[in-house]
Amino acid sequence: MQNPYKPYPVRIRRIIIENDTRDLKTFELVFLNKEDEECFRYTPGQFAELSVYGAGESPIGIASSPTEKGFIKFTVKKMGVVTTALHNMEEGQVIGIRGPYGNWYPFHLMEGKDIVVIGGGFAFTTLRSAIVYMLHGENRKRFGKITCIYGARNAGELIYKPELKEWEERSDIDMYVTVDKLNGDPWPAREGFVPAVTKEIAPSSENSICLVCGPQIMIKFTIPVLTELGFPPDRIINSLEMRMKCGIGKCGRCNIGNRYVCKDGPIFSLAQLNEMPDEY
Amino acid sequence: MEEKVISREKVVTFIDTLIGKYYVFAPVKKKDFISFDEVKSGNEVYLGYRNSKDSPKRFLFPQSEVMLRYEKGRLIEEGPFDYGKRVIFGIRPCDIKGFSLLNKVFDNHDFRDPYFITKRDSIILIGMGCREPQTTCFCTSLGIDPGSSDGADLFITDIGNKYVFQILTSKGEGIISEYDGFNDAEKADLDMKEKVSEDAKERIRTKVEISGLKEKLDGMFEDPFWSDLHEKCIGCAICTYLCPTCHCFDIEDETVNDKGVRRRNWDSCMFPLFTLHTSGHNPRESGKERMRQRIMHKFNYFVSYWGDTACVGCGRCIINCPVNMDLRKVINNINHG
Ligand SMILES: Cc1cc2nc3c(=O)[nH]c(=O)nc-3n(C[C@H](O)[C@H](O)[C@H](O)COP(=O)(O)OP(=O)(O)OC[C@H]3O[C@@H](n4cnc5c(N)ncnc54)[C@H](O)[C@@H]3O)c2cc1C
Ligand code: SF4
Ligand code: FES
Repeated sequence: MQNPYKPYPVRIRRIIIENDTRDLKTFELVFLNKEDEECFRYTPGQFAELSVYGAGESPIGIASSPTEKGFIKFTVKKMGVVTTALHNMEEGQVIGIRGPYGNWYPFHLMEGKDIVVIGGGFAFTTLRSAIVYMLHGENRKRFGKITCIYGARNAGELIYKPELKEWEERSDIDMYVTVDKLNGDPWPAREGFVPAVTKEIAPSSENSICLVCGPQIMIKFTIPVLTELGFPPDRIINSLEMRMKCGIGKCGRCNIGNRYVCKDGPIFSLAQLNEMPDEY
Repeated sequence: MEEKVISREKVVTFIDTLIGKYYVFAPVKKKDFISFDEVKSGNEVYLGYRNSKDSPKRFLFPQSEVMLRYEKGRLIEEGPFDYGKRVIFGIRPCDIKGFSLLNKVFDNHDFRDPYFITKRDSIILIGMGCREPQTTCFCTSLGIDPGSSDGADLFITDIGNKYVFQILTSKGEGIISEYDGFNDAEKADLDMKEKVSEDAKERIRTKVEISGLKEKLDGMFEDPFWSDLHEKCIGCAICTYLCPTCHCFDIEDETVNDKGVRRRNWDSCMFPLFTLHTSGHNPRESGKERMRQRIMHKFNYFVSYWGDTACVGCGRCIINCPVNMDLRKVINNINHG
């Protein structure tokens, strides 16, 4: 019988410091065993449990896309025991990973539609995965216009900066990178909070679906804007966070009403969330 | 189904024959309570028990269990580790039902939990019907019969001077054959067995209404009911630790000098840390949300997820709560509120 709690060993290939505060690091990981890599088939939106023996495990959203072969990546904020232990690691060291867990962005519904991606702060990780996936080769044709609004407190806190700049140059995605305060930085070109920028750009809701991830406060003010633009609740897609341990619906801690966020989520539409108790 | 009988004295010798071939766990009298413990002789078994203080769920899902071992940041050995062949002698029908509820969580089409499953598969359950239910028992309200052999490998009914053994599985058959002191049951024995079971059922006076409870709770998340309910609760979590159906756990690493183990330990929805995010945000901030979670999980969420109620009516949470929270009253208040 397969042991779902047994982590696959992975080597840290590269560590990238993402922000000026230096509390966000991206870890590129490679599987030590080819068979493990085959078992680990994921879709954007899913997460994994990263395991540092001696510190413990943490659920982290997968930031790479399955179209990127040979490695997987995660962007981790230094918070407590496990994430600090991860931040203290060096390239070449081995950690564990188990997963992939949870559901994914609803690509079956997104196909043939215009896509609006709205992200805030470091919660841009699985959105990045979705964008890279949709922009990849033959995949691009399956989706209509792609619009991305991404904001952070200031320029230094935006993650994946080189990639954002690259996307700004592309014609198959409309990028709107914004910061709360510019402080005279040469990039990005825009200043303003995500909800305000969304209102200003006013992406059409016609045949369109919106993925939105970010701090609670950003979500709270963005949803009314989307509703005003005509996005119905079943076409506003969210990703949730709850404290987790097992990641597989057994340890009993991550439920919201009768759904386990680790198994039935973390991706829920606003329509689903409206049906669930307000306890997250 | 085959039925055998054995005299009261010979039960002790039967247990003695099992010891040595299996690790035998049976009700043992402690200072002021009963618990399932490993016995080294049939004489240690306390046959006059009503039920154990703690639930035998720990034989499948221990309070603390090693999942894997690591050294210098590398995995060196993974579980499940072998617990040997175990016989649980005298487990009650409600607690066997508890096993089947845990089974839904730990062994399903999504993820199979090898720690639970290997223990389940290597354990032999010798159930025992109740003669004298406690005043806090309400298993019949949950559709459990105090004389039910469901889920057992062997099932015993105490008919006074003798014990009737029903053989229900090949595992049960196997251990009966370890001992040659059994006789075939006669009609009088079986009639007596029926009577004992019927009497036990009669003795359970407390009834709570479970049908319609889930639907009632569907609309009660925001009800003011929860604001008062938790007030006397001190959050000790005894109710969940002793519950045969509670399955929440934590996973923790324990390290000494580069070497360590990853453990799974019981945890409880009654603890504030259970859902606390590192950011400080807690979706279940006060006792109100936590008590609501406990009740909702048992009588609403579990029902919609697994199609059954996560309660067996054993009454342990009622007997042992330091502030006398009575689950039966809670259910009645929900039904009549
Ligand atoms: C689906 C999902 C995706 C996530 N994606 C990311 C990501 O891409 N990048 C990132 O930096 N963080 C992410 N998080 C949050 C991250 O899991 C927590 O910050 C992290 O577990 C904190 O662990 P710690 O050991 O450092 O903190 P401690 O407080 O020392 O540890 C407590 C333990 O509790 C659990 N825990 C505590 N807070 C949370 C939480 N908010 N969510 C889940 N479990 C928690 C973990 O098991 C953790 O090990 C995600 C959470 C979820 C549920
Ligand atoms: S046993 Fe009683 S006091 Fe303790 S957590 Fe349960 S209800 Fe609260
Ligand atoms: S994390 Fe264990 S049930 Fe969801």
